[in-house]
Amino acid sequence: MAQTSAAINVRISVQHEDFDVGAEYRKLCAQAPGAGAVATFCGLVRDYYDPDQGEAVRELRLEHYPGMTEKRIGEIIAEAEDRWQLLAARVIHRVGALAPGEQIVFAGVASHHRHEAFAAAGFIMDYLKSEAPFWKKQITASGGEWIATRPSDARALRNWEGR
Amino acid sequence: MLRIRYFASVREAMGREGEGMELPADVATVADLIRHLRATHSDFDRLHANGETVLAAVNQTVAGPGQALGEADEIAFFPPMSGG
Repeated sequence: MAQTSAAINVRISVQHEDFDVGAEYRKLCAQAPGAGAVATFCGLVRDYYDPDQGEAVRELRLEHYPGMTEKRIGEIIAEAEDRWQLLAARVIHRVGALAPGEQIVFAGVASHHRHEAFAAAGFIMDYLKSEAPFWKKQITASGGEWIATRPSDARALRNWEGR
Repeated sequence: MLRIRYFASVREAMGREGEGMELPADVATVADLIRHLRATHSDFDRLHANGETVLAAVNQTVAGPGQALGEADEIAFFPPMSGG
């Protein structure tokens, strides 16, 4: 965490329950009174993992490593705080069985300016994709298959390195 | 007692969520433990023989093969992570 700034409000939840984007946005606003920008991202379960050859997904099952998940997300947010001046951050990641179209992840960041808020939310999502211990199994009519990491996810991280 | 945990496809391949183990005398690092598990667990050996990527975390931090292991450590094995 940045040594020069006061500790910001960071909240991390790993849960099966759904979340209310509007309520999370309002909480971020309330926790960051001086904010000029709040960026929020919400990820949804796709109905096809690979549209070119995929079968319809009936269900996505998410597994995680309790303890390490929260720790690693906290580290990723701390790394974002070192790069940008943030006022509050919120991450919610759902686990368990989810249906296509359901909300799966929320990342929200409050900051003074939009560029910092957009960048920090994007950074948190890119690292969460490949460095937080979640695993997804997609269930189709023909069975279950673990979803492999996409090469584009690794490329997304390289874009942040050296910046 | 070393605590070993398996997640996702590694857990399925091993048919269990984890196990406890007295640290063998010849195991000082993550690489040593992988060698030991490949020699004693055919399912673990098969994962590596099939070229699957198996990552390790020691005490809930991702660790390389040279990471030292102690008697009270928790080590986890899992496939590449896929959040978001």
